[in-house]
Amino acid sequence: MSTSSHNLAAPGTPGRVCGTTGLGVCLDAQRFIKLNAVAGIVFLLLGGIAALLLALTRWQTVHLLPVDWFYRILTFHGINMLILWILFFEVAILYFACTTPLNARLFSRKIAWVSFLMMLTGAVMVDYIILAGQADVMMTSYLPLLAHPLFYLGIILVAVGTLIGVFNFFATLYVARRDHAYEGSMPIVTFGATAAAIIAVVTLLHGAVVMIPTFTYAMGWTAQPDPAWYRLIWWGLGHQSQQVNVCAMVSVWYLLSHIVVGARPINEAVCRTAFVLYILFINLASAHHLLVDPGVGATWKIWNTSYAMYLAVLASMVHGFTVPAGVEIAMREKGYTGGIFGWVTALPWKNPAFSATALSLVIFGFLGGITGVTLGTQQINIIAHNTLRIPGHFHVTVVGGTTLAFMGLAYYVVPLIFQRDFIFRGVARVQPWLFGIGITLLSFGMSFAGSMGVSRRSWDIDAQGVYGPGAHLWLGVLGLGGVLAFIGLLVFALLCVGTLFFGAKIEQRAMFDWGTPPALAGSKAGSLANDHYATKGTIVLTLVFLACFAVYYFANWKALADVWPVR
Amino acid sequence: MSLRPLTTPWFHGPAGHEKIWLGCAILWCFVMSLMMPYWHFRGKQNSTGEAYTVTPAAFLARTEKFVAANQVGTYKNRTGNALMGELPLVEPPAGGDAYLIGRMWSWYPALRLRQGETYRLHLSSLDLQHGFSLQPLNMNFQVLPGYDHVLTLTPTSKGEFTIVCNEFCGAGHHAMSGKIFVE
Repeated sequence: MSTSSHNLAAPGTPGRVCGTTGLGVCLDAQRFIKLNAVAGIVFLLLGGIAALLLALTRWQTVHLLPVDWFYRILTFHGINMLILWILFFEVAILYFACTTPLNARLFSRKIAWVSFLMMLTGAVMVDYIILAGQADVMMTSYLPLLAHPLFYLGIILVAVGTLIGVFNFFATLYVARRDHAYEGSMPIVTFGATAAAIIAVVTLLHGAVVMIPTFTYAMGWTAQPDPAWYRLIWWGLGHQSQQVNVCAMVSVWYLLSHIVVGARPINEAVCRTAFVLYILFINLASAHHLLVDPGVGATWKIWNTSYAMYLAVLASMVHGFTVPAGVEIAMREKGYTGGIFGWVTALPWKNPAFSATALSLVIFGFLGGITGVTLGTQQINIIAHNTLRIPGHFHVTVVGGTTLAFMGLAYYVVPLIFQRDFIFRGVARVQPWLFGIGITLLSFGMSFAGSMGVSRRSWDIDAQGVYGPGAHLWLGVLGLGGVLAFIGLLVFALLCVGTLFFGAKIEQRAMFDWGTPPALAGSKAGSLANDHYATKGTIVLTLVFLACFAVYYFANWKALADVWPVR
Repeated sequence: MSLRPLTTPWFHGPAGHEKIWLGCAILWCFVMSLMMPYWHFRGKQNSTGEAYTVTPAAFLARTEKFVAANQVGTYKNRTGNALMGELPLVEPPAGGDAYLIGRMWSWYPALRLRQGETYRLHLSSLDLQHGFSLQPLNMNFQVLPGYDHVLTLTPTSKGEFTIVCNEFCGAGHHAMSGKIFVE
């Protein structure tokens, strides 16, 4: 077993040693990280342009798009953002997580090509058929709404292509283990990515179960699947895939807080258990979308909300403590010991990877997490279902959380993998703030308009004649936030693409240092390893979080108690 | 280290601040889990999902029968909403059944209810999925073709209420509208 054919140290292995981190990089993996990441960013940009058009349409005063194009672009936006950008970038993250941290090489170049080309073909197919006006069905394509068969076929191709990529990831892990490419336990980043990959398999299988009969129905070969059954299984794809994002995002938090500040999980066992909780307890989250549906009873709804959900919520609350706690310990060990929050002010807020991580964590936790759990509470869903409160929630999880974390990762991935330093680094330092603030405003606009009853996925609110100036004001905030976030996204995409062409080549030297807090004189690494009460700032922050959570949660019960009795 | 394999033993129980936080978080999850069964028995707003399978044709027939038996007038739309025409205004018997059809792009018929009375409101669709969204109360329920979704509803406030569709159903979706009057 000492042949180590998949060890990067083995002779004849196409690899290089990173000039910045000293870690081995598998050149095959590097190529597919590049391909998938670039494809992801292209789809992000497409989805972002769509987002701008949508924000400027829902901003009732501007009301840009005509009705048919609004729904077309809305479908396009959902598919490109929630499926294409996220999946391509996640495959890139998986290829990274199974090679470099384990000193291993990618299992198969051929399989990686098959996966990438299949995903790309499917993606182009879906985008084409939507823009051709043959699939104005929203991302959810609820039956009996029916799109052109190519729409479903494209999604199936993307899903199967992703599954093949995930297989390559698992095969790499297996071979690395078998050939002793590394000793000991896999690092937390790889562990989190593995959790994401396991959930992805379950998710994509749901996708196959629901999309294949819908495709055959669209072809006229089989009967129409039941709409309620479709909703149940589709959300097994739609919601669980977001848990893939959460896992990947949390892994990126651990990765970036480690790279920038030198943080490590204060308790590996607890962190890893939390990832396992994600795998075990998210599988019935599709129930959140069926809380006011006919045909599924109260017992089913309550059980599938609390049993499956709250242990996954617990997992997020664990990471929400562990990540900042790791940062706090690292900072205190470096000598930033002043008061409760002295370490916070000393953090490298101008490092775009760090600010993206911190903003991602705060936006995801305080806004996305609290709203998600509350809206997903069985009875509270009555005053939230299908209103703008729902996209108000998931734009601060998937966009303010996952996308922003992935952007932060790009500030290291692009220099380290593409071997070029960023251009316009002063602009890059501002970008996460611009994007984060934009998305937060957008979400506030959506959430408050939704609280006033404004429906999601609606081209116009004036025809109904029931929405007052308050709703219009919040839709304006939505529009403004959307414009800011789009500028942040455009700046990000231009910086990345510009760097690929014009960034200074790195070769063997270290990449440009975005800024890391130096260890102060007299400080000692590991000095707080056994001090379990050193995280004073983090425990205060998390308790503040819990208080906000409780206030928002019970305020919603109060709002629910004010509407008509219904059973 | 987060990026390299762990070679030293790493399995430790939580301690200190982490233990405190874990305790708080578990307790909070427990409170949230108990709130839903509590509200199910003690609260007044619940979605029980009571439903029966029904074909669109059968549901249309039941609704027409309901309208013929209980029509009390006609609702004339005076708003600028071009998709909303004239609707029969129907008052179900107190404690009785009311039928409401969602279709592209209207809710049929208009209903008149009495404050404090309880009704069994049957919702179904003749074509696509629709969303029953009662404004300005902001109460929302899903409407599916093939399912007779029964809400046992007690209006507690008087006035004119608008039913907005909040599930995408095509080009006229934004203007799909209906009326409930409570006296």
